[in-house]
Amino acid sequence: MSNYREMSAFELLSFSPPGWGGYLLDGLILSLQIAGLGYFFGLLIGVIGANAKRSGNVILEDFGTLYTTVIRAVPELVLILLVYFALPEFINQILSIWDYGPFEISGFWAGVLVIAIVQGAYATEVIRGAINSVPKGHIEAAYSFGMRPFVVFYRITIPEMLPNAMPGLSNLWLIAMKDTALLAVVGFTELTLAAKQAAGATKSYFLFLIAAGVLYLAMTLISNRVFKYAERYVSKGASHA
Amino acid sequence: MREHLTLHRVLTIIASCVFVVSLIVGLDWSWIERYSADIFTALWKTLLLLSVTVVCGFVLSVLLALAQLSRFKPLAWLSKSFCTLIRGTPLLLQLWLLYYGLGSLFPYIPEIRQSWLWPYLIEVWPYAFVALTLSFAGYEGEVMRGALKGVPKGELEAAYALGMSRWMVLRLIWLPRAIQRVLPTLNGEVILQMKATPLVATISFVDIFAVFSRIRQETYIIYEPLILLALVYLVIAGIITLGFSMLERRYNQATS
Repeated sequence: MSNYREMSAFELLSFSPPGWGGYLLDGLILSLQIAGLGYFFGLLIGVIGANAKRSGNVILEDFGTLYTTVIRAVPELVLILLVYFALPEFINQILSIWDYGPFEISGFWAGVLVIAIVQGAYATEVIRGAINSVPKGHIEAAYSFGMRPFVVFYRITIPEMLPNAMPGLSNLWLIAMKDTALLAVVGFTELTLAAKQAAGATKSYFLFLIAAGVLYLAMTLISNRVFKYAERYVSKGASHA
Repeated sequence: MREHLTLHRVLTIIASCVFVVSLIVGLDWSWIERYSADIFTALWKTLLLLSVTVVCGFVLSVLLALAQLSRFKPLAWLSKSFCTLIRGTPLLLQLWLLYYGLGSLFPYIPEIRQSWLWPYLIEVWPYAFVALTLSFAGYEGEVMRGALKGVPKGELEAAYALGMSRWMVLRLIWLPRAIQRVLPTLNGEVILQMKATPLVATISFVDIFAVFSRIRQETYIIYEPLILLALVYLVIAGIITLGFSMLERRYNQATS
């Protein structure tokens, strides 16, 4: 046991034990991995959801609306509990019908799944709004050139909608990063819980929670900068009417 | 097409009715009676926390927005940094920083222990209230800044030309016009705030989320409490949205 009481703030935050800095960084990396994967899958869901909601097929539209409405109205914390506790139980009950062994979802992938589901709902709305702002004539013109639907989407719709979608998408990334903190509640050691554990062990609550806050803030500010560049990049040639 | 649509509606209504009935019949709801008193108390506390923090946070956000628009640069910078700070870090961390961080420092300061504040500082709700209020103010402050800036200059100049004082212009023209523009966004922000309230359960504030967590632990029932909890939040969100759409209709009637 080290005597944490006599250590300075720098010693407490140093990367090698007995300092807890490395522990915080591990938490940060986990947070970023979950946020990144969740964001990526969320975007995929968003593209699918946006196309479902615009498809003109009533059943697909209803499912899209149901999904976005429910997910955006239920707290993430409740969704996390559902994915962590109810979903594995549900899958196991179904699997046991065919005598398959128990299935377990790791904390990491459950976290990714929750972030993806939540992000998917918001991304659906962002992408749908952005696609709606693409002039219809452009898409019709592409079809009249004989492009297949996928090519139209990939070569015309996406590049044209990105400038409109960018602010929303950058906001979603910031939300994804902050939402990973909620996994602390189910005992997954990402940055926030790592900070709390370090704080509990050393009794320096203030220091470690502030340190975690600084790390989150740094990530936010860096992301803002990156997204600003990205926005400028995809807006090349877009009219600024 | 129209017939097809109505047929679809009828089918969806039937399908959802079947779904609801199968939920009621197929699952175990016997625990509700035992916990109903707790649930209602906690629901009331959640709604109280939500509405009080929204109102206080909104007032604070207007002050933040005005500070950001002020010509006194340090004030504008301070307000801007506060908003960045709140929006750049998770609310859970802010809450824990207040409760575990600040809360652990207070007992070492004798002046605080002897002050009239002390009986409140050893309770949970002040920390929940402060964290949620600051969070709402931080997010809404940025929105209000845009809204206040978006009010046409001519309207304000007209008001000044009529001899109104600055306070009167703010109260009668500037703020109402800004709020009118911001109502749809405000709706979303209030729902986000509602979704943030269960976080206070992590510092042992007994809100509706905490009660359902206790039910889950005591009864070992997996699905039913979670489904009902999600439903409660859905209904609250629905009521908020309904309220805002009524408000929007009234506000728009008044001006058009």
